[in-house]
Amino acid sequence: MQALSLRKLSKTYGTGVHALKGIDLDVEQGDFFALLGPNGAGKTTAIGIVSSLVTKTSGKVSVFGHDIDTDLEAAKACLGVVPQEINFNQFEKVSTILVNQAGFYGIPRGVAKQRVEHWLAKLQLLDKRNAISRTLSGGMKRRLMIARALIHEPRLLILDEPTAGVDIEVRRSMWEFLRQINEAGTTIILTTHYLEEAETLCRNIAIIDEGRIIENDRMATVLRKLHSEVFVLNVRHPVTVAPDLPGYAVAIAGDGSLEVEVKKDQNLNDIFAALSARGIEIVSMRNKANRLEELFLRLVEGRDAGTGQPNPAVPA
Amino acid sequence: MSEAPNTAAAAEAAATGDRRWVGFRTIVIREFSRIVRIWGQTLVPPAITATLYFLIFGSLIGRRIGDMGGFTYVQYIAPGLIMMSVITSSYGNVVSSFFGAKFGRHIEELLVAPLPNWLIVLGYVAGGVLRGLLVGLVVTLISLLFTRLYVEHLAAVFGAVLLTSLIFSLGGFINAVFAKNFDQISFVPTFILTPLTYLGGVFYSITMLPDWAQHLSRANPILYMVNTFRYGFLGVSDVPVGFSFAIMGAAFAALFALSVWLMEKGIGTRE
Repeated sequence: MQALSLRKLSKTYGTGVHALKGIDLDVEQGDFFALLGPNGAGKTTAIGIVSSLVTKTSGKVSVFGHDIDTDLEAAKACLGVVPQEINFNQFEKVSTILVNQAGFYGIPRGVAKQRVEHWLAKLQLLDKRNAISRTLSGGMKRRLMIARALIHEPRLLILDEPTAGVDIEVRRSMWEFLRQINEAGTTIILTTHYLEEAETLCRNIAIIDEGRIIENDRMATVLRKLHSEVFVLNVRHPVTVAPDLPGYAVAIAGDGSLEVEVKKDQNLNDIFAALSARGIEIVSMRNKANRLEELFLRLVEGRDAGTGQPNPAVPA
Repeated sequence: MSEAPNTAAAAEAAATGDRRWVGFRTIVIREFSRIVRIWGQTLVPPAITATLYFLIFGSLIGRRIGDMGGFTYVQYIAPGLIMMSVITSSYGNVVSSFFGAKFGRHIEELLVAPLPNWLIVLGYVAGGVLRGLLVGLVVTLISLLFTRLYVEHLAAVFGAVLLTSLIFSLGGFINAVFAKNFDQISFVPTFILTPLTYLGGVFYSITMLPDWAQHLSRANPILYMVNTFRYGFLGVSDVPVGFSFAIMGAAFAALFALSVWLMEKGIGTRE
C-alpha cells in the first residue's frame, strides 16, 4: 500500500510563484524516503499541502488511500508532521504541549499522559516535562517537535529538516531514533540539507528542483548513476604542477594535494601506479564530496547550465 | 448481510464523534488554562474598571442624577456595565488567543489535526464565552457591593448574556483571522467596539435622546443586547425584547457561518 501518493500536484502562490508544477510521487508503506532539493525547490510547499497548511492549486493527494479532498480527517489522522520552524506555544509546559496535541487527535487525557511519559523518555526529555518550552535548547525543541508528531502514533511521519542547527551528537541520536521507529513500522519522509543524513537513513529518494521531480528512484540505484567521483589525494611532498595522467582529469588543490576524477570504468590502482612512477607519494585519500552531494550538485548544476535537464553524467 | 457494513459505519461514526468531542474539550481546556494562567490580564482589569465605574458613576455622580426608569441610577447602569465587561472580555479573549496562535505559529497544531473547521471555531468561541461569563460574574458580584439587583426574567438574563458573548467571541475570531499585526487586533476594540458600547444605552435610556439620535441608536446592535439584559434584571427595555433576540440569533448564525467559511478557505490561516 502507498503511504503517500501525489498526482499532478501544483501550487501557485498569490504572489505568482509557481512552487509546484504538477509533481507525481509515491511513497510505499514502511519506506524511509528522502525528499531533497535546493532552497525554494518546492519541498516545504509539498509537505505543507499534504499536512493541510498550504492549499493546493490542483492535483490529488492521498495518505494511506484517504483523499484529502474527500476524506481529510482520516488522512490527517494518519499523519505526523515535524515542521522546519518551531511552532509550539513557547509559554506552555512541555507536557502540556504534548497532552493537548494528543487531545486534538482524540486521545483522552489519561491515555495521553502515559504516552507523554513514553515519548519523552524515548527522546531523552523526561526530566524536562515540567519545563516551560521556551527554556529548552535548540536540540531539545527539535526533539519536542518529534515527540509531538509521534504522540498520536501516526502511520506516516514527515520531517522537514529535523536536524537543522543541532550538534552532531544530537543528530546521530536522532538518526538512531528515527531508524528504530521506521523499523517498528512507521513510514518516514525526510527532507534535509545534510545529504549524508539522507544517504545513511533513506532507502528511496526523490530530488525536486524548481517545482519538478528530476530524480525518483531507490537510493542505491540513484547513487550507481554517478559516472565518476572526485578523490582528493594527500601527497607527502606538495606538488606545484599537475602530473599528466592520460585518461584522468587531474587538478591541484590549494594545499598542494591532488584532485583526480575517476570514472566508473577506471580504477584507483592505475592512478597509484602512475603517480608512484612519477615519484609522487600518496599518504591518504578521501572523497571530495559525499556521493549523494555530488549527484545532487550535478543534477542541479545541469539545470543551472541552462539545459533544464539533468547532467549527462546521470543517464535518464 | 448488510448489517456488517452498517455496524462498521456506525462504529466509525462513533469514533469520529469521540475524537471530535475530545478535540473540542482539549481546545476549551487549553483556552480556560490560558485565562487562568494570565489572570492578571484577563480577570483583574475588568474588575478594577467596573469598580471605578460603580464608584464614580454609580455612587458619586449617580446620586445627583436621581432615578432613571423608576430605578436608582446605579441600579439602571449595573446590567449595562456587566454586559460591557462581557462584550470586551469575550472579544478580547478570542482575538488575542487566536492571533497569538497565528503569530507564534502554534495554530498549525490545530490545522494539521483531524478536526473539522467548525469545531476549531467553536472551541475558540467557547473559550471567549467562558471568559465573558467569568468576568460577567465577577462584575455582577462587584455591583452587589453598590446596589441590589433583582432578576425579573431569568431566561432573558441568560439568553442575552450567552448570545452576546457568542457574537463578540465570533467577532474577535474574525478580527484575528484578518489581523496581520498587533495593531490590527486593537483597532476594532478601540475605534469600533468602545464607541458602540458607550453609545449602546449602557449609561442612559435612549428615550432621553432627540428623535434623530434615537433612530441612529437603533442601528447599534449593542443597544439590543444591553437592553435585553437590562430587561432580564429590571423588567424595562428601550427596544422590543423578542426583536432583540431575533437580531442576536441572526447575528450569531451569520458570524458563525462567516468564521467557518474563512477557515475552510484558509483565509489568514493557510497559504
